[in-house]
Parts: sequence; C-alpha cells; structure tokens
Amino acid sequence: MSVLFLLVIVAVLALAGFLLCRQRVMASVQGDPKLLHSLPGYYGWNGAITVILPALAVLVLWLIVQPFILENRIASVLPPAMVADGSSLTLVMSDVRRVASGLDAAVAGGVMSEQEAGMIRTEFTDVRGKLARVGVALGSDVTREVLAAAQEYRVMIAWSAMARTILVVLIAVAGLIYAIMITNKDFRARNRVEQAVLGILIAASSIAILTTVGIVYSMLSETFNFFSQYPYQDFFFSLTWSPNFRGDSDLGIWPLIWGTMYITLISMIVAVPIGLFAAIYLAEYASKRVRAWVKPLIEVIAGIPTVVFGLFALVTVGPLLRDYFAEPLGWGDSGSSVMTAGIVIGILNIPFISSLSDDIINAVPQSLRDGSLGLGASKSETIRQVLLPAALPGIVGACLMAASRAIGETMIVVMGAGAAARLSLNPFEAMTTMTVKIVGQLTGDTDFNSPETLVAFALGMTLFVITLALNVVALMVVRKYREQYD
Amino acid sequence: MTDATIGGLAAPASVYPKTSLMAQSPLTRRRNAAESRFKAYGIAAIVLSLATLGFMLVTILSDGVSAFFQAKLSFPVELTAETLDPVGNRNRADMVKITTLGYNKVLAEAFQKELTAKGIAVAGQSDKDVADVVSKDAAGKLRALVLANPEIVGTTIDATVLATGRVDGYLKGRVTSETALRDSNVTPEQLQLADQLRDAGILKSVFNWDFITLPDASDQRPEAAGLGVAILGSAYMMLLVLVTCVPVGVAASIYLEEFAPKNVWTDAIEVNISNLAAVPSIVFGILGLAIFINFAGLPNSSSIVGALVLTLMTLPTIIIATRASIKAVPPSIRDAALGIGASKMQMVFHHVLPLAMPGILTGTILGLASALGETAPLLLIGMVAFVDNYPSSPLDGGFLEPATALPVQVYGWAQRADPAFIERSSGAIILLLAFLVVMNIMAILLRRRFERRW
Repeated sequence: MSVLFLLVIVAVLALAGFLLCRQRVMASVQGDPKLLHSLPGYYGWNGAITVILPALAVLVLWLIVQPFILENRIASVLPPAMVADGSSLTLVMSDVRRVASGLDAAVAGGVMSEQEAGMIRTEFTDVRGKLARVGVALGSDVTREVLAAAQEYRVMIAWSAMARTILVVLIAVAGLIYAIMITNKDFRARNRVEQAVLGILIAASSIAILTTVGIVYSMLSETFNFFSQYPYQDFFFSLTWSPNFRGDSDLGIWPLIWGTMYITLISMIVAVPIGLFAAIYLAEYASKRVRAWVKPLIEVIAGIPTVVFGLFALVTVGPLLRDYFAEPLGWGDSGSSVMTAGIVIGILNIPFISSLSDDIINAVPQSLRDGSLGLGASKSETIRQVLLPAALPGIVGACLMAASRAIGETMIVVMGAGAAARLSLNPFEAMTTMTVKIVGQLTGDTDFNSPETLVAFALGMTLFVITLALNVVALMVVRKYREQYD
Repeated sequence: MTDATIGGLAAPASVYPKTSLMAQSPLTRRRNAAESRFKAYGIAAIVLSLATLGFMLVTILSDGVSAFFQAKLSFPVELTAETLDPVGNRNRADMVKITTLGYNKVLAEAFQKELTAKGIAVAGQSDKDVADVVSKDAAGKLRALVLANPEIVGTTIDATVLATGRVDGYLKGRVTSETALRDSNVTPEQLQLADQLRDAGILKSVFNWDFITLPDASDQRPEAAGLGVAILGSAYMMLLVLVTCVPVGVAASIYLEEFAPKNVWTDAIEVNISNLAAVPSIVFGILGLAIFINFAGLPNSSSIVGALVLTLMTLPTIIIATRASIKAVPPSIRDAALGIGASKMQMVFHHVLPLAMPGILTGTILGLASALGETAPLLLIGMVAFVDNYPSSPLDGGFLEPATALPVQVYGWAQRADPAFIERSSGAIILLLAFLVVMNIMAILLRRRFERRW
C-alpha cells in the first residue's frame, strides 16, 4: 500500500477526530459553549492533532529506519564473500535493487505472474532476457545469489509496507480513541493545541540547523571516504590535476585554487571600482529622481539568473576578448578564459557591492558631512577623506562577501572559463575552478566509489570552508571596526 | 580695516599671487577639476554598468527572438497506400511496422513532385540533397499523424513540415552561401533551392508554437527542439517549492520573531539562517545528491529532488522577508489583542499574520523568482540529462519522473555543437526572463496595493 494512500487514510481519521471531538464536547454541555474551557473548535483541533502527529512521527521514523534494516537483512542473505567490504556491499545492493525493481516492472507489465516472480531461478529461466523485454536493462547477467536476494528483498518490502500500514493506522485509531476519551467540558483543549502548534513552529525553525548539519555531514563523510582512497598529501600539495578513470589520476587542488583565485581577483578589479563609484554617486550626488530610476535598474542585474550571464560570456564576451585582445596581442586563441569569466562575474557583482556600499555610506551621519563641508572641503574631498574612512569597515565587509560569491559562482565559470586545469599567469588562457570541477566530476555517469568522483565532495568541502570563512571574517570586520556614532 | 591687519595678511597672500576674485586660483581650479573628475567617475560607473546590462539584454534578445520563428515547408503529400499500409486493411497494428524510413520516402517523393509541378530546379543536386531540405523530424511527425488517423492513408493531405535547421538558419541570416561551402550539413545549391522555394511560397517562416510546447530534440534536429518538458519541470518544481517552502518559512519566522526565548538554540538557528543565505548554490546541489538521491534513494533528475534542493536554498530568503514583515506590524496591535484576552497564539494567527501577509507574499514571489533561475545545483542532481518525454501528471507520480528545468535547458543547449542551439538557448532565456519579469511585476503590484504605513 503506497505511502500516499496511507496519508489519505490518516487524513480521513483526523477529520473524523475533529468532528467527533467537537460533537462530543458540545453534547457534554447540551450545546452551550459558554460552559466550555475553550472554544469548541479547539476540541476538534485537539482531536485532529492527536490523530495525525503520532501517526506521522511513526511513519517518518519507519521510512528513515527501513532502508538500514532491509540492507542488513539482505546482507545476511548474501554469501559473506560478496559483502566483504563496504564498497562491494553498495554495488551488490544496487544490483539487488535493480533486479527487484525489474521484477516489479515485469509483474506490472504482465510478463510474469506475482508467484512466478517469487519462484524463478537463474538455472531455469533467462532472467536478464525476460526483464529486458519489459524495458529493464541489466548490465551483467543475474547471478543466483543476487536473484535470491532480490526476491527476498521484494518479499521484505511487501511485508514492511503491510506492517507499516497496519502500525500507522493502529496508532492513528488509538489517537482518535484517546482524543475522544479525554474530551470533556473541563479539558484544557486550547492549551494543548497551542502547545502542539508551538512544537511545530520550533521544528520548522530547526530545519535551518538540519540543513547545515546535512550539508556538513554529507560532505564530511564523502570527503573521509575520498581520503581513505586517495592520500591527502597529494590532494593538498600536488600541483597537477589530471583525473582519468583508469585509476592513476593526479588530483592536486592547487591548479583549481589558482584558477578560482585568479578569476575572483579579476572580478573584484571590475566590480569594486565600478560598484563603489556607482554607490558614491547614487548616495551623494544623484538627485532623488535619478536615484529612484537608476538604483532599481542596477539591481535588475542582480535579478538575472547566472546562466544568462554564462551564455553572455560564452557567446559574446569570450569571442570579443579573443578577437580584439588575445589574438592581436598574441596571448592565446581561447574564447573561454580567466578574463572572460572574471569580467562577467565582476558585472554580476556590481549591484551587490553598490547596494551594500550605498547603504553603508547612507548610514554615515549627516553631521560628519556638514562638519567637513563647513571646514571648506569640497564634496569629493569630504567623500574621500571623511565618508570613505568612516564607511571603510562596511565596504571591506561588502567586498569580502562579493569575493565569496565570486568564488562560489558556478554557471559563469562553467560556461566561460574553460575546463583545463593549469597554473599560468596569462589571463587570456582557459583555466578552471573548483566549482567547474565539482560539476564536471559529478554530472554524467558517476561511480561513487572512485576517487575521481569523490574528489568533488572534497572540493565542495574546501569551497564551503573558504566561503564560510570569508563571510565570517566579513562579519567580524564589520563588527570590530564599526564606528558608533550615536 | 587698518594697515596693520592688511600687512598681517600679506604673508599668506604671497603664496597665492594677488588675483581678481572673479578668477580662480590654480589650487581652486585643481580642486574643482578633481571634484568634477570624481563626479564623472561616478557617472561613468553607472553608465558603464547600465550599458553592459543593456548590451547583454540586446545581444540575447537579438539572438533569441528568431527562435520563436521557424522555417516551414508546406506542400501536398500523397500518403501512398502501397508504402504506408502494404497489408491494406488500415489496421494500426500492421501499420506500426512501417518505420520512419518509409515515411521519409513518401515525403521525399511528394516534395520532388511539388518541385516539378512548380518548375523549381537547381542544377547539380542529387535527389538526396533535395530531400534533405526537409527536416529529419518531419517523417516522425507524419508517422505519428498517420498512426493516429489510419483512415487518411491513400488520400493527399496538405502537410506543413519543418525545414532543416540550416535552411532555417539561412532565412534568419545565420547561414550564408559562404559558410555553406565549409559546412558538411548543407550545400550552396540547397540554399539556392531554398530561395526559389521561398519565392514560390512553399517555404515560409512562421511563428513557432512548437518551441514552447515540444520536448527537447537530439543534436541532429535543432529545428525540432522545444521547451515543453523544461517548462513543465520548472512549473512542477515551483509548485513543490511553494507548498514546502512557504509553510516552513512562515512557521520558522513566527517562532523566531514572536516566541523564541533568547538562548543557545535560537542563536544557533539565527546564525545558521544567515550562513545558509551565503552558502554557494552548488553546495546545495552536493547536499541534494548525497542526501536525497544517494541516501534517501529518491530518483535521479526528478523534479521532487530539484524542488527539495531549491526549497532549502530559498528558505533563508523567505524567512528573512517574512521576519521583516512580521516585525513591521506595530506592537500596539499585539498589545490590543492580548489586552482583550487573546492568547499569544491567537494574537499571532488572528492579527499579526494577516497583517503581515502582503509582505510575506511579496517575499515569497521574489524567493520563487530566484529559485526559478537557479541552475548549478540542478546540474548535480542530474537534471541536465536529455529528457524527451513529458513527465506525467503529479497524481500519477509525475514528481518522481525525470524532468528538466528552463535554466538547465539553457545550459544544455549552449553546450551543443550546432550553432542553431545557441539561438534556441537565447530563446529559452527570453522565456525565462519573461517569467521573471511577470513575477517581479506581480510582487511590485502586490506591494503597491497592500502596503500599509502604520
């Protein structure tokens, strides 16, 4: 029985709980709500919540635990030689799952009967051929053990679905009976309901923490996995990056870090002056009308998806730089280059820097401006010698955040920077970044047991740590050096 | 004034030679020049960034608008019964055996016949070259049409079929007879033929609805590639993001704004939310791959995984917007509600939340808009795979079937070798930007309509 159908049953029971509890409490006071502790609706809600919450909790728990138990049981069915270490176990398990879903498809497609699917043996039937007929392609022939495990797996799945349904429905019904029993006119239904709602609110706000935990856990575990297969010295100290799927890859991170940093540097050279001057003009010189038009227009840049900038880099900026700068100057003939990606990321970051700096400059108190102008400084002198020093911590913080965005930017570098990992100073050469390699190693057919795939998680971890550190430093700079004016 | 004071002032006056008040001293001139230079830098920065924005949009629009138009050939096709239904009983089961090769033959014959009838001919062309002006996609379409209506076999229908991508490019000016010389997919003679076909009214460029409705097509048939699956996939994901992200985001914001005590747990939540907003989007893709696909076993490249990843990404945005609008509801409302005996929960759900609703809606729409344009995490969960089947409806498990998304399709097409796909890619961007513009205008209108100053 599918989970969706189970949810429908629980929902129906909850509705019954709402109606029954409400009716019961109204009956207990002969229809006079003034004698109740809470409004009648709260009794109903209490009924519904008492049905839903425990049932859902058990369901979720079951769904989380089920794969582990199944895997354990299957592993005990298989001969010990096949499940010797962790990686071969995952391979066998995925085989088992594929065969099992193949059998499901075969039953659904009418090629076999349910009974047949549980009985067939490789000795008598060409399982692979039979499954291929319903569109399930298996890479290798099905071994006897895997088929047996798959049949066992199907049996257990069916059993577990049945047990799950019965358990959840039982709990829901128990909740319903309990709710009806405790409902009487003096029952403090509102307090109970509000407690439950508060619990839901707390759970919702904890999802942010769960997400971070999920990110860190998923990357840490796979990174450890990677370092158990590939020496960390080579990863952190090697200067070559040349993965190949034969198994003798060099996975040194430095060419990627160099490409990332070089592109970030160029993007900052583009974005900081333009963004800062735009902010200064908007904050100090522009009339109200100009500001009202120009500020949203610049912020439009921030609303455009990065893949659009990526296409712009690929189709327009790259060929432009190649034809008018790189080729005439003899610096290379590659359309995708550090320069291309850097300039386009710089454009993307202009609104980020300008709107943050704009806020910061506006936060400098007017008295500082008035004092400086009163001493005879011109407007630009006031800005350069009074406003900017006062706003500097904030501006530095904004720049650090922009740098962290540039480091984590993906689509523009994937489409504009190229895929060749090299350590070179020529900005018109194609280089590559950590994000490009994460995408490269994780798209397409991947084998989650080879270091060439797992390295992406180590790269992701590095990226995560670097961007997080930059953001934390940015916050600390702002906090530590902020001038307090009031 | 006395002579003494004049004498006292004489010393600095010697630094600046005596000049008229009307003339500027060199220092003043320098300072004024610096002033106007500084101002000019600011204007230049703004002009430069806006010009780049304009340049980008113009290039993409000019590249992409043509994707909405497509060269099509219309000519009568006689559906010869001997080829298409050799058994002769108009039975679908028998006709399925005729592959697109048979239909190709029918189309090529009909096309030749039309050319002879109209007296169009270009010297030095094989029959195959002539037949290749018709897209490889046409036979499949014709086959589907015939199999759907077996009774039309034997009649002559007026078919409108796609011309090949290169001829389409020729009408749009992307392909010329010079480039055709270097191109193995098209000959200059075919382009001359295209000229004559256009003059005869057989070849026309018409508005291309198929671009919006059809699924993706393979590398060899750029003319048939459409955005149907991508739009559907994006729509599915936005729907799921909406139903998962808004309740969770609003609940989290209510707790943090109205109930949270000041303790380590709430501090941790606050720090986490602000950090998650700054985590690179690709890291969320890694999370999705490791947790939702490898650990939870959800299907690769399905819209539900994409939506979960986008939900986690959008959550901080929505929480920040919702908290701001809850904070903007004045305390007097809360005090009044509590004062007449509402519980704290009633105060929040009956008074604060309805008043904060417009702000929450605006924030939600803007969050959805940014989720709609997100690409990088979707690449990692396999959405870049070639999908040419529409996912089925959500009730039949469509959320679990492979789909793709608009921005991912943009990227996918940009990676293909044929330049015709760059045009498609830009066209997809136009559609994506149109959706984003609509969403942003909606947010602005909502804000204008419901904004309340306390």
